[in-house]
Amino acid sequence: MSLSLSAGGSVRAASANSNASQRTRQPIVTGTSVLAIKYNGGVMMTADTLCSYGSMAKYKDARRLQSINPKTLIGGGGEYSDFQAVTELLKRNALEDKCTADSLYDEDASEECAREVWNYLRAVMYNRRNKMNPLWNDLVVAGFSAQGDSFLGFVDKIGTTYEDNYIATGFGSYLAMPILREKYREGMTEGEARALLEDCMKVLFYRDCRALNRIQIAKVTKDEGVLISDPYELETDWSSAAFITPKATLDGDGGW
Amino acid sequence: MSEFTNNTVNSVKKPVEETPSGFSFDNIHRNAMIEQMSKQQAASGSNSSYLPQATKTGTTIVGLVYKDGVVLGADTRATGGTEVADKNCEKIHYLAPNIYCCGAGTAADTEKTTELISSQLDLLRMNTEGSQSRVVTACTMLKRMLFRYQGHVSAALVLGGVDVDGPHVYQIYPHGSTAKLSYTTMGSGSLAAMSVFESGYVDGMTEEEGIELVKRAILAGVFNDLGSGSNVDVCVIRNDGTTKMDRGAVQPNDVTPLRNAINRSDKLNMRSGTTAVLKSSFKPHSVGGVTLADVTVTDMET
Repeated sequence: MSLSLSAGGSVRAASANSNASQRTRQPIVTGTSVLAIKYNGGVMMTADTLCSYGSMAKYKDARRLQSINPKTLIGGGGEYSDFQAVTELLKRNALEDKCTADSLYDEDASEECAREVWNYLRAVMYNRRNKMNPLWNDLVVAGFSAQGDSFLGFVDKIGTTYEDNYIATGFGSYLAMPILREKYREGMTEGEARALLEDCMKVLFYRDCRALNRIQIAKVTKDEGVLISDPYELETDWSSAAFITPKATLDGDGGW
Repeated sequence: MSEFTNNTVNSVKKPVEETPSGFSFDNIHRNAMIEQMSKQQAASGSNSSYLPQATKTGTTIVGLVYKDGVVLGADTRATGGTEVADKNCEKIHYLAPNIYCCGAGTAADTEKTTELISSQLDLLRMNTEGSQSRVVTACTMLKRMLFRYQGHVSAALVLGGVDVDGPHVYQIYPHGSTAKLSYTTMGSGSLAAMSVFESGYVDGMTEEEGIELVKRAILAGVFNDLGSGSNVDVCVIRNDGTTKMDRGAVQPNDVTPLRNAINRSDKLNMRSGTTAVLKSSFKPHSVGGVTLADVTVTDMET
């Protein structure tokens, strides 16, 4: 049986005894939304550090933002094992590029830019989809293109690609995208972009059952490359009067 | 025995607002047959569907409590499948002078359910010496009816109003569950609207702030949800008893300026006198010989 990622499993069963299907039908350990936004210094991306096992909050320190090379950052939602496989594949490619560069003194020449990584991922994901055995992920690719302008793109498990100034996957496309569409402006400062993303992550924590308030923020800039923050907790507000005053009193209507 | 039996003894006068008890499953057999026929139709490969799809309101509806009352908001698009059936329907329904209700789900269900409960509230006010209806009464009446129909009446409601106990907002689901909240959204655009509420809601807002937040929330639904669209309707119910129903508070999708900007040929808008009149004649129209003068009036035989 081929071990390569794009092989997507063999057509025939591996052995005479195993009739088990080798196709991914459902994700088991999953990450939720990934958000990303372009700002004046580059691209910023954020995701929480939770991987759920169905409805259980099993892994509370999962790293869903990964740096591929100094120009490229990827974030992934969906099946975590598939995301790890994708990351390994991309990092292996980056290493091979580096080791087989025409000139070992010219570091820039060998690195894949973000747009190339995005296009490559499209090919990988679409190929697996055609074999009816997808890598069950929503991937966000952020970085810089070869020309030097910032890049932000999206690839999903069936190979759909999309490029824009801001991206939201999973539940984020329902809860965070309206906020991003309303508040986004060209050339935001880093502080503004971060505040906007944190506001969106707070809303997601309030309303997405599979989200956590412990998040990571990452940015890609031309000068500093990829920087991924340590995880930190968002402050959430539960002080609304409606939550504090008990409803089930004899005076009131019982809240029903 | 007297031939004239006293019928009034046996026929007890029923109370005016008797609600039928128990579950009503009258239409289940009919619905099953329709489903079956519809499947046969689909299997035989015909393009048209057997039933027109129920007009749903897709919808973004919201309600929030502010310092001096409640603000309700709704979009105005009604969809039948993927087609827009009504570009400017009214989703904020009157229940009582101090209570209004936004409805999402099947348009007929929300319309008729709210009308029914509005009439029940009216009767209750008449029976209880005209005291003001309470929001919790409307909520209880609605949920009792919806639960009786086990979710088949597809009405998801945001109920808001002000009574002696202050301002209240409730959300009511088609199966009959309710929740009392400070702010709520329902319908297909509820996530878009809720994201605006969660970032912007604080306790004790002023009326301007409340209205502004509701407008932004509905606009988020209008522009980010395909089941919602057209205009924003806003309804404010204040603690002092006054209400303001602002139909079409925001109209971001008005096509009139676009239509007016189209350059149509001058040939469509000719002023009179463009073509010279050479001769004109007038001949009155005669109706085959019979006129009113020919009619003779005779009295009816009694």
